[in-house]
Amino acid sequence: MKDVREALMVGRNTEGKLVRRPLSPFMLGSAYKFQTSSLTSIMHRITGVALGAGTLLLTAWLVSAAAGDAAFSVVQALLASWIGLVVLIGFTFALFYHFCNGIRHLAWDAGRGFELPAMHRNGRMVVAGAVALTVAFWIIGFLVW
Amino acid sequence: MSNENTPSVHIMRSQLGRARGLGAAKLGLHHWWTQRVTAVALLPLSLYFVLSVLMLAGADRAQVAAYIGEPWNTVLFLCLVAALFSHLSLGLQVVIEDYVRSDAKRMLTLLVAKGGVFILALACAVSVLKLAF
Repeated sequence: MKDVREALMVGRNTEGKLVRRPLSPFMLGSAYKFQTSSLTSIMHRITGVALGAGTLLLTAWLVSAAAGDAAFSVVQALLASWIGLVVLIGFTFALFYHFCNGIRHLAWDAGRGFELPAMHRNGRMVVAGAVALTVAFWIIGFLVW
Repeated sequence: MSNENTPSVHIMRSQLGRARGLGAAKLGLHHWWTQRVTAVALLPLSLYFVLSVLMLAGADRAQVAAYIGEPWNTVLFLCLVAALFSHLSLGLQVVIEDYVRSDAKRMLTLLVAKGGVFILALACAVSVLKLAF
């Protein structure tokens, strides 16, 4: 016998055809379209978790600096390798994105910037700001280095 | 006299709870508030960290040690470590609570994540202090 809750899963699509209602993860791409709001929101989480993983690099850097020259040169060589640089570029983007969108969240906590046009505008500003800061960081970084 | 026009307040709390006068533990807002406070602290601290990293690009160990060993830099790095890892701990907790369904798995994941974050925080703090002294 079928689960009675299956009866609630039947719906009609826009053409009137009977379909099984799509459920959460499978909705991405087919029934669900990303918007500025949902995309900037999930990006905040993803960059947050990525930064959490990035603290392993910070820890490796500080611990090796405290441990001695041999350990520090190993960590420095790893970070300066091309794969290290790719990870660090991703890390800086995550940092600047989480920084900018964090300011946006704090503004929301203060009750500001909730109107839809403003929210779309500052969402685009956050992404543009994060990209600009990342590019600026690496230009200055390579000039100093 | 009808009750319909009489204003009344329905109190959901039990009479026993009211008599004891204890109420909520007043910790409900703690997580939310701490996350915001550490976020605000991290605004200047993360900018300071980014500038420090730019200044130290390509520096050898002695130069890094000398920089972090300066008293104000030691203090700011310790503040950064404290704010960063407590913010991370709170943030990871929310993500885990959202996505890990089973109670046992959620408890275990939370303990591992929080324990791991605590160890990383201590490792960073001890290293900063070792560079300073």
